[in-house]
Amino acid sequence: MSETVSETIAELRQVSRLFGRSAALRQVTVSLEAGRCYLLLGENGAGKSTLLRVLAGLLEPTQGSVQHRAPAPGAAPGAELGYMGHAAMLYDELSAMENLRYFAELYRGCECLAPEEALRSVGLDPAIEKSVGQYSQGMRQRVALARVLLPQPALLLLDEPFSNMDAASARQMLALLARLRDSGRAVVLTTHQRELAAPLADFVLTMVAGRLVSIVASPAPEAAGWRKSL
Amino acid sequence: MEKIAVMRSYVLVHLAKDLRIEWRSKDALNSMLFFALLVVVLFSLAFDPTAYVSRQISGGILCVATLFASVTALNQAWTREIRHQVLDAQRLAPAPPSSLFLAKVIANFLFVSGVQILLAPVFAIFYNLHPAGQGWMLAVVMPLGTWALVVNGTFFAAISLRARNREMLLPLLLFPIFIPALLGMVEASSAILIGDADPGLWIRLLAGYDVIFTTLGLLLFDKVLHAE
Repeated sequence: MSETVSETIAELRQVSRLFGRSAALRQVTVSLEAGRCYLLLGENGAGKSTLLRVLAGLLEPTQGSVQHRAPAPGAAPGAELGYMGHAAMLYDELSAMENLRYFAELYRGCECLAPEEALRSVGLDPAIEKSVGQYSQGMRQRVALARVLLPQPALLLLDEPFSNMDAASARQMLALLARLRDSGRAVVLTTHQRELAAPLADFVLTMVAGRLVSIVASPAPEAAGWRKSL
Repeated sequence: MEKIAVMRSYVLVHLAKDLRIEWRSKDALNSMLFFALLVVVLFSLAFDPTAYVSRQISGGILCVATLFASVTALNQAWTREIRHQVLDAQRLAPAPPSSLFLAKVIANFLFVSGVQILLAPVFAIFYNLHPAGQGWMLAVVMPLGTWALVVNGTFFAAISLRARNREMLLPLLLFPIFIPALLGMVEASSAILIGDADPGLWIRLLAGYDVIFTTLGLLLFDKVLHAE
């Protein structure tokens, strides 16, 4: 485990979310601490993406409450969390640098990373001028992560960040996430590639039909060894 | 004053992005220009009016051509924001939502005005137009009417964004609410082209309409953006 002092970054209490008559989330209660990585597992339709969107504030819970740590004095509201969805959330017609410069401008007043720095941190060259629409899916995922990292959020919510990534790129991203976790950020990620992400996880959360059925501290001693290799 | 300066700087950031994307894709400009040209040419072929009748109906035709052409662009105004869920990133950013709205309105205003400027000589030739009144006043009427169109169009396009048949919904919402401005625009431009009446009243109506609907759009856009 990381040695960072635990501090609650976000907390869900008895959160339910209905879409019409169907419940995507049922009475979910969970507390997220700084310096921890949470791996959210579940079948398709289990409610993982809805949980992340509720945490991000993109969906209002039908019942229950979501509380986030108060932003640091002077910090812009919204800069405390970074959300990466299934889609890249980028403009196809702009290059990676143009996209990041644009979003950095929207976060002015925050202690943002320089766009070049954010791109380098995900292993991309800021000098690439072609538009994001011409990128491979894996490269887009990396630019999407760079966008999330711009405001240096305390809570990272990543929905399937390794989808369409080759193994080498996914390992690179895992190493970056491990560094972010060790620097005191809370990371929540969903994935269907459990074996890939499990070594990074401090807690494994399992969802079934909208319910959070288990929260297990990641035991694997081999994971600790793997972590050292990151 | 500081708030206005901050708002202005955010508007410029959004506007620069929209103009850059349109410059590269030319989606809105191309579709609007061809549609508007088509309407003007078809009307000129369908009717064979005398010069006087031309003057009488040309204001209406120009406004309707602009209206129909704008709908194609307004429908696209938010499409690129939802294409890869960029709107979610906008919702999470601390920039004021009204700055995004205002930048979109300005961008659409520039696109529609650009098409009108390109259309004007074609229109004058096809309809054999020579303003009998104060022609320079068209430079006041057309921007006021265009602003009325794009401010409502951008707002209702955002409302229809999550609807399955949004391309159908936008004209259904936009056209009825645009009727007073359309009336003002047609009457004012006809008065200028014919030269038999004072367009002042209609220009004041257009200005009032613009102020009211711009204010409403700015105040309500936050709700529209965060609606689920």
